[in-house]
Amino acid sequence: MSFLTINNLTAHVGKRPVLRDVSLSVQAGEVCGLVGESGAGKSMIGKAVLGILPLAIEATGGEIILAGVDLQSLPAKERRQFIGAKTALIPQDPLTALNPSRRVGSQITNRLVDILGWTKPDAEHRALELLSEVQIDDPKRVMLCYPHELSGGMRQRLLIAAAFAAEPQLIIADEPTTALDVTVQKQILRLIKEMQARYGTALLFVTHDLGVVSKVCQKVLVLYDGVVLEQATVEDFFTGPRHPYSRALLEATPKYTDPTGSLTPIPLHVLEGVRLQVAAYDRMQNHV
Amino acid sequence: MSETIYEIRDLRLSFRDMAHKPVFKPASGIEVLKGLSFNIAKGGVLGIVGGSGSGKSTLGRAMVRLLEPSSGMIRFQGRDITHLNEDTLRPLRRKFQMIFQDPMSSLNPRRTVFAIIAAPLRLHKFDRVAIRVEEALDMVGLPRNFKNRYPHELSGGQRQRVGIARSIATEPEFILADEIVSGLDVSSQAQVLNLLEQLVRDLGLTLAFISHDLSVVRRLCQHTIVMHQGEIVEAQQTAKLFENPTTTYTRELIDAIPLPNLDQHWI
Repeated sequence: MSFLTINNLTAHVGKRPVLRDVSLSVQAGEVCGLVGESGAGKSMIGKAVLGILPLAIEATGGEIILAGVDLQSLPAKERRQFIGAKTALIPQDPLTALNPSRRVGSQITNRLVDILGWTKPDAEHRALELLSEVQIDDPKRVMLCYPHELSGGMRQRLLIAAAFAAEPQLIIADEPTTALDVTVQKQILRLIKEMQARYGTALLFVTHDLGVVSKVCQKVLVLYDGVVLEQATVEDFFTGPRHPYSRALLEATPKYTDPTGSLTPIPLHVLEGVRLQVAAYDRMQNHV
Repeated sequence: MSETIYEIRDLRLSFRDMAHKPVFKPASGIEVLKGLSFNIAKGGVLGIVGGSGSGKSTLGRAMVRLLEPSSGMIRFQGRDITHLNEDTLRPLRRKFQMIFQDPMSSLNPRRTVFAIIAAPLRLHKFDRVAIRVEEALDMVGLPRNFKNRYPHELSGGQRQRVGIARSIATEPEFILADEIVSGLDVSSQAQVLNLLEQLVRDLGLTLAFISHDLSVVRRLCQHTIVMHQGEIVEAQQTAKLFENPTTTYTRELIDAIPLPNLDQHWI
């Protein structure tokens, strides 16, 4: 049984749809990639699951089933606690996700104390353990640092530790490596993959880098303007994407092994094709 | 041997280390650039790559003299610009322009696209400013009526085109592009890079392209400099650099790129 199931999720800003009938499922221990250009709605799916959609965006239809529970069936407070206990987020920008005026140690332990009701010494012990698991040397010293005293890679490791701290069953990683340079990115991806395998966590991985998807995901969804254009296993996707837009996205991705064949902008007729597909969907909705 | 546009010799630059400044003593210096020497030939694209903190942006900023080097020499078109003061530099600035990483913070949000592109033209006392702005928009493939828009009304790729239009408006000889596509998604990235490639060809520009993305550099640049901790570890024709990197650092950088294929051993 899948740990997270989303059925026909729809969201609007005013009258404008931003997610159109998105359905997906993630099994325990599976990594599912969400790709697409900016504005495709890939981050919105993650935010909808966590119940942190921006105020202007309203989920207008569909259901999100987390660990067998339909989130809509829960009252607001219980829902928040339920989501908080089952899921965690690895955000894109570690500097804005950490409170700059507080030491990083307490920002990890708070989660354990507040949400799971651990005692403080237990939480601290666990935090130290996690920091060494994410390969931070001298975790005792790092716990007492302020975010600005750490490098970007260190901060991202810290947030990975914080995300895995309460042993959530689902983690949403929202472009966790876009702010990092390639060598650090590789370490961080390896780390996420290792931790995910060790804890058997389901992972929803939002990214625009198809290279990253091919390395960490088992399944991939391609989004455009809130519509799922293609859903495939990574093997099928990288051996032969079915949707013309997916193919174009792959051709636009830079590859150092093929300098002339890559970096082709998405052709206009492909874009027009997907826009028609989106428009056809909208017309159908208006008729219903 | 083609003409040299930039000659850089033993370039050093240090910043004061204010984070560890003793209370009553002057702060010690941190050397960011540790004696760089290279030439840039006229025409074509030079790639400058390296990890974060390697000094690639500092090098770029010193080249267009937004920073003053501590020692060494920078010659632009045969003229020593290492320690020129701002008044002497200003007329020269027309010839070396810069495109910035983040168009949202390098384009004034309170000004229209027209005012943004016209500003350097007015500063350098160009005639026919209105016509030149429209020509610059044509060259970067933006519709002319975009001149009345504000930066927030544009997409990321369009904003970066405005940045490019501003830099080419003064008919420069040299443009420094500092991580200009890192914030864009793959399709607009491809468009912006194709545009740059075409402008370099059509206008006979010389471009220095700072990036951490080696795949992009492989496509765009004929020569590449690899930087690590303020030093040049390798300078080579790009094709040779990728075929046969001579240093382990370059090797590591190349190996760290996730290629979109099914090689699961990478991680």
